[in-house]
Amino acid sequence: MAESTTFQNYTVNFGPQHPAAHGVLRLLLELDGEVVERADPHIGFLHRGTEKLLEHKTYIQGLPYFDRLDYMSMIAQEHPWVLAVEKLLGIEAPERAQYIRVIYAELTRLLNHLLFLASHGLDVGAMTMFLYAFREREEIMDIYEAASGARMHAAYFRPGGVSQDLPDGLEDRIRAFTDHLPAKIDEYETLLTNNRIWKQRLVNVGIVNKEDAFSMGFVGPMLRGSGVAYDLRKAEPYDAYDKVEFDIPVGVTGDSYDRYLVRVEEMRESNKIIRQCLDQMKPGPVRHEDFKVSTPYRGEMQEGMESLIHHFKLYTEGLVTPPGEVYVGTESPKGELGVYIVSDGTNKPYRARIRAAGYNHLQALKYMAKGHMIADVTTLVGSVDIVFGEIDR
Amino acid sequence: MTQAKLEKLEAVVSAKFSGHKVERLGDALILHLVPEEVVESLMLLRNDPDLDFKLMIDLTGVHYPEREKPLEVVYQLLSVYKNHRLRIKVALGEGEMMPSITRVWKCADWYEREAYEMFGILFRGHEDLRRLLTDYDFVGYPLRKDFPLNGMTEVRYDAEAGRIVQEPTDLAREDRETYGR
Repeated sequence: MAESTTFQNYTVNFGPQHPAAHGVLRLLLELDGEVVERADPHIGFLHRGTEKLLEHKTYIQGLPYFDRLDYMSMIAQEHPWVLAVEKLLGIEAPERAQYIRVIYAELTRLLNHLLFLASHGLDVGAMTMFLYAFREREEIMDIYEAASGARMHAAYFRPGGVSQDLPDGLEDRIRAFTDHLPAKIDEYETLLTNNRIWKQRLVNVGIVNKEDAFSMGFVGPMLRGSGVAYDLRKAEPYDAYDKVEFDIPVGVTGDSYDRYLVRVEEMRESNKIIRQCLDQMKPGPVRHEDFKVSTPYRGEMQEGMESLIHHFKLYTEGLVTPPGEVYVGTESPKGELGVYIVSDGTNKPYRARIRAAGYNHLQALKYMAKGHMIADVTTLVGSVDIVFGEIDR
Repeated sequence: MTQAKLEKLEAVVSAKFSGHKVERLGDALILHLVPEEVVESLMLLRNDPDLDFKLMIDLTGVHYPEREKPLEVVYQLLSVYKNHRLRIKVALGEGEMMPSITRVWKCADWYEREAYEMFGILFRGHEDLRRLLTDYDFVGYPLRKDFPLNGMTEVRYDAEAGRIVQEPTDLAREDRETYGR
């Protein structure tokens, strides 16, 4: 009689410290041989209680916390917060500020998608991508620094506008950057798009159809990868997005390769948007002129008593919003980033809720990974483009 | 949402949910529901072609300690094809349970786990209501208003015991509220 052997599923702990875990993801993988039977993501290793902290900070003090949500696409995170506070106050930023915000939001999208390419490439084994993409990321961070003084955590957007105007010559520098970028994107594509190994690792991995994408709450490039042409910049244009022209790339099959193509195409569209903004932008004020809610100008502050008082009040007590509640969603590079503020009429939010885009995408990993090989899990983690700052909050 | 769109949506929602409070706040439409009918109502909102709320964008709680029903669950819904939004609010008394909507939207899973750990809202029918973001052995509901900002416990490495120990928070200075509330 032949000896009988029984095989048992076994569980593997992936992370929390793993080069392909994009930060601090702990994945419990139940494996049958090399096939993933069940994946259970454990998150929260980077939980800092941002929502609780925001309830104890004034609206202006709360702003820098947003840079630290998705710390790989910083300025885009500030956008929904300033828009939400503006909506509560019933004010609008001046035109030039709106253009500057759009430029920086789109630069941030480039920043994010470059990191996506870099780390996704690295996960799958294309190391050169990492070096190429970081070359351009560095230039964008320099542009960040030129405007805000900080390479990463800029705190540049403010309720009512931006903290300061672009310095002389920066517009030309951004324009020069956009001149060169399309050629750089072509360069990335020669490395990846038709690369046989890249396609073998990505095509048909993690297919999500439309119905599942809705059920799992996909937004942004993930939803567009599944073939739904929904973009908040078109659907609910905020700031100057209604004044620029761009296309929404969509995928067909909804696999990892489609999501990669969508993101590469989005980079080209972002480049177009930045160029249009630079062309349309005119000199003018960059802050709302009601100094009860926005910082008075430095020069006036040194001469006028009233400006001095406004400045003091604004940086101690902060701005006071009328009671009410707002929800504002913006198209962050990873999808809809929403801020829901309940105000009780004081200088601090009664409740501030951050709705992160990556949250749902990571959650869907347990459905996407099922039935795939363990090596595909790294492809999927790269493809959903997650950063733990925003997921754990 | 534009004014015309908002009025159209308000008419549809009021017709489908007669007897429920429908409220307009700025450019947002808010529908108030009671816990028992949340699942059926959300099913209707998702499947009805005029409403078409295919995406659940957010689920969260808000704590109002002074209210008779101190907890409120807030849903944000979005229709991708119709391009409109709806906010749903459900008031919940202490100890009352919310029905889970994980069979309406899969993504509700983590949102409900988070609402449970942050506010102590229990979801009936949720298959796996564990803590999500806080530590595995965390005690308390951090986003409730009676939970201090500094937390109840602090963690340090005890060299003598050779392990991580948890102790009640002991700060040299009182918790300082900046600029009053």
